[in-house]
Order: sequence, then structure tokens, then C-alpha cells
Amino acid sequence: MATLARIRSAVPRRVSLQPFARTIQTAADTTQLHQDASHSEPFSVKLHEDSFRGYRTDTPSLDVEVTKENLLKWYRQMTVVRRMEQAADALYKQKLIRGFCHLAIGQEAISVGLDSATTFDDNIISSYRTHPFVILRGGTIKSLIGELLGRVCGVSKGKGGSMHVFTEAFQGGHGIVGAQVPLGAGLAFAEQYLGRKNATFAMYGDGASNQGQVFEAYNMAKLWNLPCVFVCENNKYGMGTSAERSSMNTEYYKRGDLIPGIQVNGMDIIAVHQATKWAKEWVTSDKGPLLVEFVTYRYGGHSMSDPGTTYRTREEIQKIRSTQDPIRGLQRYITDWGLAAEEDLKAIDKEAKAEVDAAVEEAKASPFPDEKELWTDIYSAGYEPPFMRGREREEGFRF
Amino acid sequence: MYRSLRILPRLNANPPPAGGHLPSVATSAFLKPTRDVSLRTSGLRWVDSADTDSAHDAVVGRETRKMNMYQAVRDALSIALSKDDTAVVFGEDVAFGGVFRCTMGLAEEFGRERVFNTPLTEQGIAGFGIGLASMGHTAIAEIQFADYIFPAFDQIVNEAAKYRYRSGGSFNAGKLTIRCPSMAVGHGALYHSQSPEGFFMGAAGVKIVIPRSPIQAKGLLLSSIRDPNPVIFMEPKVLYRSSVEQVPIDDFEIPLSKAEVLTRGNDLTVVSWGTPVYHCETALKMLSHPPQSIAEHVPASLRSAKIELIDLRTILPWDVETVTESVKRTGRLVVVHEAGRTGGVGAEIGAEVQKQCFLKLNAPVKLVTGWDTPVPMAYEKFYVPDPIRILDAMMETLTY
Repeated sequence: MATLARIRSAVPRRVSLQPFARTIQTAADTTQLHQDASHSEPFSVKLHEDSFRGYRTDTPSLDVEVTKENLLKWYRQMTVVRRMEQAADALYKQKLIRGFCHLAIGQEAISVGLDSATTFDDNIISSYRTHPFVILRGGTIKSLIGELLGRVCGVSKGKGGSMHVFTEAFQGGHGIVGAQVPLGAGLAFAEQYLGRKNATFAMYGDGASNQGQVFEAYNMAKLWNLPCVFVCENNKYGMGTSAERSSMNTEYYKRGDLIPGIQVNGMDIIAVHQATKWAKEWVTSDKGPLLVEFVTYRYGGHSMSDPGTTYRTREEIQKIRSTQDPIRGLQRYITDWGLAAEEDLKAIDKEAKAEVDAAVEEAKASPFPDEKELWTDIYSAGYEPPFMRGREREEGFRF
Repeated sequence: MYRSLRILPRLNANPPPAGGHLPSVATSAFLKPTRDVSLRTSGLRWVDSADTDSAHDAVVGRETRKMNMYQAVRDALSIALSKDDTAVVFGEDVAFGGVFRCTMGLAEEFGRERVFNTPLTEQGIAGFGIGLASMGHTAIAEIQFADYIFPAFDQIVNEAAKYRYRSGGSFNAGKLTIRCPSMAVGHGALYHSQSPEGFFMGAAGVKIVIPRSPIQAKGLLLSSIRDPNPVIFMEPKVLYRSSVEQVPIDDFEIPLSKAEVLTRGNDLTVVSWGTPVYHCETALKMLSHPPQSIAEHVPASLRSAKIELIDLRTILPWDVETVTESVKRTGRLVVVHEAGRTGGVGAEIGAEVQKQCFLKLNAPVKLVTGWDTPVPMAYEKFYVPDPIRILDAMMETLTY
């Protein structure tokens, strides 16, 4: 031991490279106007130079073309998403939502940004923090809230709940950490097999990124050159453990070995939009899989049963809320660039609240599923066993 | 156990021929050695009966070929691939033919984009297959040994089985079939001789199928591939080469969740599946015509007992009706499976039968299973239920 100690003291202390290395910046409002913003024509803006970092690849262009129409649409969508999540929060606390409920408040730029640069033909498959995708990709607020409440108007007929939401253009919320990632490889293989130019986005969090099957999926995707974008939503905490305490490499975009990756400011919707567009272009031009890490932050706890303040400080949350909020960032762009007045945006806020409130009431009015639904959708209709057993003889179900 | 047979007389100096004097897989009456009996296999349903009037004679214009079980599996896969453009076959080493030769030449015949090797990545294979199936593709995955299915357990139980239910019917993995060689070979030991079907019993939403012969394997596999539910198809690996039949070369199916009654009887019901079906056959023969060496232990009064042997074929959801109908007639049940006893499929069958047939039972339901140990390296043959143990259980149940 004595020798070891001597050696150790002889080696100079490793100097942290952190202050010298450029890191991604996650402000939501650092995009600059190139030219005067037009109300009718697309105009070009420039992202902050630290919006992207690349691994084995160049990064997307910082010059992005946007339109007033799109910016306002994104603002509306993000506002509705946040209102909806806040409604879910309230419903859970009223004990009207049972089971699990994971909210994406703070991460709105990612769902809205991903949707903005994809079509309904592209596949998105994700984890259990996925309420936003329902209303962005073919569902309604009512059908989402209905699902959370376990009502028949829900997207899964009230049989799945918060973690199990699907639409025609969204391949689902999946409740097992990391389980959806190899499914994404399967989806991408089908697109490649059929010769279709569609992208598949297989999403997971920084916590799930340490699951073995994520690496199994990377390997298959690169081996077979699948058009799959692996999207890591890095919100800094896997449940109650910070990324630094769970991952040997917290630069999740570099974890694909031979698979190139980019890291993206996940708080600036324009950066997310640009990165998604670029990623889609990448995989649909036969360049194989890609890793995309969106650096973001979740304001709430991991799930409703986690206050979210035992493993991080209230100050940390408050700081990010007040300086990096994706909706406030977009709001600044819209007002600073003279695209709409503050009152116009307030009107959108009001509309969003009214829309969500109305949908919540409609969903609450929807009945619970019929008892027989307990027996259906286990096996395909017509191919099920003749009888499913209940608790008692009378309770069984004959198909 | 072994109560009446504990002391076996010493056999004479010359060892018996390999496999013994009794019927074995090679000489089983359950295998169909000729074209005629093969084409008249009970429950067989032709899939393309366009040019023959199957209602009158299913045999006219049909041909058979002598195949063992791996060839029959390969034949089924070939039909699935040629009739369904979306069908793909994947797994560890399947492009080279697979360790048991079940996919021999398929890659050459159908292309390497449809029959391809995966990395050694069981959880990935299952997840990949579920994703592929959810896109409407017929995904036929191979897990190289059923013993290796455990890394994929989460994907099968939590994703494949529940996909339909948790999406309210809007998504499913119904087009997924996972094939895996299962059961003991006599020297596979801990990681190559397990029978994991029991672990999946609680996974409502998946089906588990285990064939006993080449015809059964082909018909049941084609049904499994086309069934709109995810199916785990476990092939008893010792039967790949040892079971040989004349197998119809046309496309046919054998229905799932339908047990087959192999011998009729009113005194005792024996339920089994896969390899032990043949051990049961041997035990039946031992009971009616005991070899000299054990004759003194088999009471003459039992030798004329009529025993109903049922091959369960689909383990989940299993054919409750055929089994309970039989037990209501016989009043006695012996279940034989290779997997260990605790938490095995036999326990489930026993519970259901005792509930449904309680007043008709004349003896407790008897289980003949592997022991509650790992499948051992040194004594695998003692682990697997053999004809003597089955015979002993039958006699005990008959004389209860």
C-alpha cells in the first residue's frame, strides 16, 4: 500500500478540462434574427453557435429558415401541451387518475420540435413520458385525458393508462425502461425492407440509456444500416439519480461507438426542429442510424409520487424555469421579432386553457370501460381461447 | 415415487441394446410412416384446397415426403416465406442453417435480406421482432436454445403479450413467432436441456405451442406463424432427428389450442406434450405387456386398463375442455412434463382439473416431472421423466 500511495502522490492531479472545453448551451432564447422577420414569407435566423455538438459527424447548419405561421403554431402546441400536463397533474392529485403518471413539463420543445420536422409516415416510439405525442400526432386532448382517467374515450379505450398511449402516427408509450428501443430497430427494418423513405425515431431517457438492450439495438441498427434515429432525451435525472451518478459517459450522443451522433440544445424549439430535420434527412439518405441527444430538463418529479426535490435543489429547478424555459424562449422570439404582440400570445394561452378545461370535462363525462373489456384484446378476436377464467365460476368469460 | 418398483431385479450381464427393447421414438405408433395415414392426420386442414374437393377426399392428388422434424420445420418456414412477402426469418446463425439445421438453405432460396443472422442478442431479437411485427411484418425469430430465452423474457411478457391490451387493440405483435429448441437431449445439462414453458403460463396474450412430430411441427408451426397473436414455438430438440414421418408437402395447418387424443380409454387420462409423449407410449406398453424383468411389479388386474393419452400440443391457452371431458370419464389424471414440478404447467392443469372434475375424481392428480433442481449434468436421465416413473405413477393412480 505504501508504494501505491507514493505513486499516487507522484502523479499530478488531473486538471479538469471542463472550463476549457466548449459545452452545449441550453438557453431557450439565443437564436438571432438574420434579417427582418417577415409576416408572410419564410425568413432566416441563426442559432447560437453552441446549439449543437457532433461526434463522428458535422453538425447541422446554424442557419434555419422559419415562418411566422410555424412559430405561432409551435407556441400554441407547446402551450396546449403544458396546460394539458398541468391538468393531468391536478387530476392526479384529485385521485381521478390512478396508476402512474409521468409529466413532460419543461421538455415541450422536444415533442413539438420532433413533430414539426416529421410527417405522420415517420415512426416515433418512446417511453412513458409521452402524453404530448398523442395530441401532436392524431389524437385529441380528450382522448389523452380520457386514457389517463381510464375512460372509454381514451386512446387505448381506457385499458392502458398514462404509460400506454398510442395513435395512428405514434407507436406508443412503453412503460418498461428501454424496452421500446429494440422495437425501434424493428420498425426501421420494416421501412427499409419496404423501400420506404421514412425515418424512425426510437426515444428513451438518460436513465434508460444504461439498459443493455439499448446497446443491442445500436449494434443491430449499425450492422444492418437501419434508418433509425436513437433519440436520448437527457433531462439530467434518471428517476432520482443524476446522470453523473449513473453513467460512465454522460455525453449520450457519443455512446453509439461507430454510430455518429449529435448533441442538441433541447430547450430551443428552433434547434430541435433543425436537428430533427437534419436527422430525418440523414437516415432517409441511407447513411444508417444516428444518435441524437436533446439536452433538456424536467421541472417536475420523475412521476407523480416523486416530489422531485430530494435529489436536486429547488434553486436549481427555479433557475432553469426562469432562464431556460422553452415556451418563454419562443415567446421572446415572437415578441422581439415583432411577429405578434404580447396580448396575442396571452389570447393563445387563454384559448389553450379553455380548450384543455373543456376536454377534461368531456373526458370526465365518458364512462369507464364495460366489464367485458377486461377480457378483450388479450388475444386477437376469433383466435382466443374459448374461455377466460375469472375469480369465480360465474365471473369467467366465454367468447 | 418408485414405491412398487424401488428394487429392480438386476439385469443379466449383457446390457440391453441402446434404447431398450421397448417401443421408442423410432418405432412409435404415433408416427405416420406411410403416405396414406399421413394424409389422413386428424385435424389437419389444407390451406390451398382450390384444386381438390377436400370435403370428399383429402388424399387425392396430395403427396408426402419422408422428413424428420428439422426438415419439417424447414418445410414450414419455406412455405411461410414463399407465400408471404413480408415474412422474415432471423436469429443467431439461421442464415447458415441454424445449429439444428432448421433453416438450411433458406437464405440461399429466399435471399439474405429475408433470412439473416442476428448478433447474440436475445432481448434485442425479441424486441426487434416485436417492432417488426407491429409494422405488419410476419416476424419469425429463432432463439437458439429455449434456455436462452430468459434475457428476452421482459420483451415477451411485457411488450409482446400486452401490446394489444394496453393499446386498446390499436397495436399488436401478433405476427411474431419465436421458435426455440427445447427439452432435454440426455446430456444437455443446465443450459441446453431446460423446458421453460411454465415460466410463460401467466403471460396472457402469448401462446405456447410444443409439437411432438414432423407432421405436427409443420402444421402447428404454420398455424403459429399465421395466428394473429405472438406465439412461442418450442421444438423438442431430441426429436429433430429421431422422429421421422411421411409429411404432406402441401401447405396445411393443425389448429392451436386443440389437444389430440392419441389413445382412447376410460380408466386413466395421461396428459403430456413434446418428448415425454413417447415415454408415455412406452409406459402404456409396459403396463399392458410388462417386460419379464418388471412383470412381478405390475399386477395382472392393471394390465387391461384402458388409458387415454392426450398430447396437449398448445400449452397456453391450453385445451381445458378436451382434458376435463376425458378426466370426467376416467376419474384419474397423470400429467407428465420435463420441466421441474414447482410452478410447472402440471400444477396449473392439476388445479383446473381438480376444480372442474372434483366430484368425478377417484384419485389425486399425479404429476410426473423433472425434479426441483437445475437440469443436472451428471444425471440428466434421472431428471427427465422416464417410462418407469410414468408407469409407477399410472399404477399408483389406478390403484389409489
